Amino acid sequence: MQLEKFYYDNKIVKYFANATALWGVVGMIAGLWAAIQIYFPAASLDYAGTTFGRLRPIHTNAVIFAFVGNCMFTGIYYSLQRLCKARMFSNKLSWIHFWGWQSIIVAAALTLFLGYTTGKEYAELEWPIDIMITLIWVVFGVNMFGTIFKRRESHLYVAIWFYIATWITVAMLHIVNSFEIPVSLFKSYSWYAGVQDALVQWWYGHNAVAFFLTTPILGLMYYFLPKAANRPVYSYRLSIIHFWALIFIYIWAGPHHLLYTALPDWAQSLGVVFSVMLIAPSWGGMLNGLFTLRGAWDKVREEPVLKFFVVAVTCYGMATFEGPMLSLKSVNAIAHFTDWIVGHVHIGGLGWNGFMAFGMLYWLIPKMWGTSLYSKKLANNHFWLGTIGIVIYAVPLYWAGFAQAEMWKTFTESGQLKFQFLETVTNIIPMYITRSVGGTLYLIGAFMMVYNLYKTAKQGSFIANEEAEAAALVKETSHVKEYWHRWIERRPATLLVFSLIVVAIGGILEIVPTFLIKSNVPTITSVKPYTALELQGRDIYIREGCYTCHSQMIRPFRDEVARYGEYSKAGEFVYDHPFQWGSKRTGPDLARVGGKYPDSWHYNHLMEPSLMSPGSIMPRYGWLLDDNLDTASTPGKIRAMQTLGVPYPKGYDQQANKDLMTQANSIRISLKMDKIETPANKEIVALIAYLQRLGKDIKAEKKTETASAD
Amino acid sequence: MKFINYLEKISNVSIYGLSSFLIFFIFFCGVFIYVLRASKKEMNECSRIPLD
Repeated sequence: MQLEKFYYDNKIVKYFANATALWGVVGMIAGLWAAIQIYFPAASLDYAGTTFGRLRPIHTNAVIFAFVGNCMFTGIYYSLQRLCKARMFSNKLSWIHFWGWQSIIVAAALTLFLGYTTGKEYAELEWPIDIMITLIWVVFGVNMFGTIFKRRESHLYVAIWFYIATWITVAMLHIVNSFEIPVSLFKSYSWYAGVQDALVQWWYGHNAVAFFLTTPILGLMYYFLPKAANRPVYSYRLSIIHFWALIFIYIWAGPHHLLYTALPDWAQSLGVVFSVMLIAPSWGGMLNGLFTLRGAWDKVREEPVLKFFVVAVTCYGMATFEGPMLSLKSVNAIAHFTDWIVGHVHIGGLGWNGFMAFGMLYWLIPKMWGTSLYSKKLANNHFWLGTIGIVIYAVPLYWAGFAQAEMWKTFTESGQLKFQFLETVTNIIPMYITRSVGGTLYLIGAFMMVYNLYKTAKQGSFIANEEAEAAALVKETSHVKEYWHRWIERRPATLLVFSLIVVAIGGILEIVPTFLIKSNVPTITSVKPYTALELQGRDIYIREGCYTCHSQMIRPFRDEVARYGEYSKAGEFVYDHPFQWGSKRTGPDLARVGGKYPDSWHYNHLMEPSLMSPGSIMPRYGWLLDDNLDTASTPGKIRAMQTLGVPYPKGYDQQANKDLMTQANSIRISLKMDKIETPANKEIVALIAYLQRLGKDIKAEKKTETASAD
Repeated sequence: MKFINYLEKISNVSIYGLSSFLIFFIFFCGVFIYVLRASKKEMNECSRIPLD
């Protein structure tokens, strides 16, 4: 058979690899900075852009979409060409993909820094960037499928299935979750509200973990682990089961982020059951990875690449054991809203994603530069520093989470809450400090890798186009009966459609019932739309990322009801575009903070939190006192809300600012009575209006109920 | 408190949960049977793709 000569494109891989290292370091620095702010609030520099609420989304977006994203593309562009025995479909598309993705990252970092955010976790980017992501993702898809279609290998290796599932599912998740009404160039409101928004968001959020941080990296594992160990994967049969079971089950598990919330119970239970089932395929995959090394453990001792892979896969196993466990309602009742969850994600992030990326880079760079690693010793040191860093990072957070949850739930003998919220925070500050030490070690390790790889590249010479030979693919005429699955796995387009069907079924059956029922929602009559000033205040709340530390969701537990008031009901959130339930309580829940303190308390507290709560770790928000509220945006915001079905009267957009000023003035007067002089047009006035509104509707209803009972 | 937990009252909501299990279960069995019956030669061939 005639062998065809062709060249693998290594240059694009090199660029993605550089971007991986660069954004990895940037993202980790942002994370460390945010971590330090928790026990040293002055590290916010009293500047909006570097305050925790904005820095945290920068960190999460940077490590997820910039670091792991580029890592995924590095691995895919390298392995896909080899697995298909073909060069990438189009050089042009490769470069559009690369530069497009990097500009998305830069745009994301800038906009988040400036406070442009949708306020939906892990989907914070505003609509123009969402559109850019969609376009670049399509470019990536065309390039990937183009390569697959012109392949010289009849089988599609299992890694490619994971890439295909990643592509199609991320596309679906991103589009569904990003439906939003633009108000201006950098401001939009989520199409969904309250419970629906929460369900869509966590269906997205959970599956972003599944299909952005897990499936593509599993694909990389199935390629690079056998490659580095120079032996085939333990069981190819198991990998087939792993793939289908994983993508099938993962898509259902999202509601486990919303246990004990106002989400309907059946959806919560569905999420729990599928989350528990998820352990089977996850561990199947982990064991498949680890067993690949059976009989070759001596190599692990010698080879830093394999060490990284072994710890990465082990962390994957740990995180996917913990995940189902955390989905059990009884465990979730303790862990949710605490640092336990932060510890859990970092086992996945630092251990699984980070170590897979490091191992892959240590293997790739010497290969592409035709040399060997500059220093194995340095890589080994990186390995140990990183591993110890992960342990020192995660263990204190598990401890902190557990300790804090216990304190939240402790009552005195006379039935009073034993601890103030703040006491439960100051109690775990040593854990926060230790955690950032762990993070620092991990970061130092990453710097060591960058140096090591730089030196490696220096000593070799880059092979931009790697020569290869393979026979062209002849159309096979099947003379024996093919199994249906065999038939699918030969056909990438079929595989694409099939995996789309599999993941779409999950999404539809889970989300649609909640939406269909919307028309049946007997709205709580006392729940009214936000006033214009409150709406503006809410947007400031979103802009400053208050939801990164404060929840607005009181779960039906004795301690939460005692601490925060009546538990939250689905009907209370019908005008919340987007929902702001939050996922972490570094500060107390705010669902019913309205009316709890006077206006002046909020004013002083936002100016200098420790003034009102000594020992508070909340950052100062001085700029809210000085900056003028942008009232020009009010009519547009009201109109957008009307489009979304919020019942403001017709033509209200033109009167809204008048009402806004009246309400602002009343707050100004109330502040003045407490000897605080401020003009009514400052941002802080709007934020106070919003905070004072939270949970008020239900309180009003209670009063009228009691009145009528009398 | 007057309002009810309306979302739990969808008639036959359990059908959504049950159908999801059924779909998964049937599909899983299909894949499992295929995997058991797949030829050893072919499986080995596939698993060697990255190494060749």
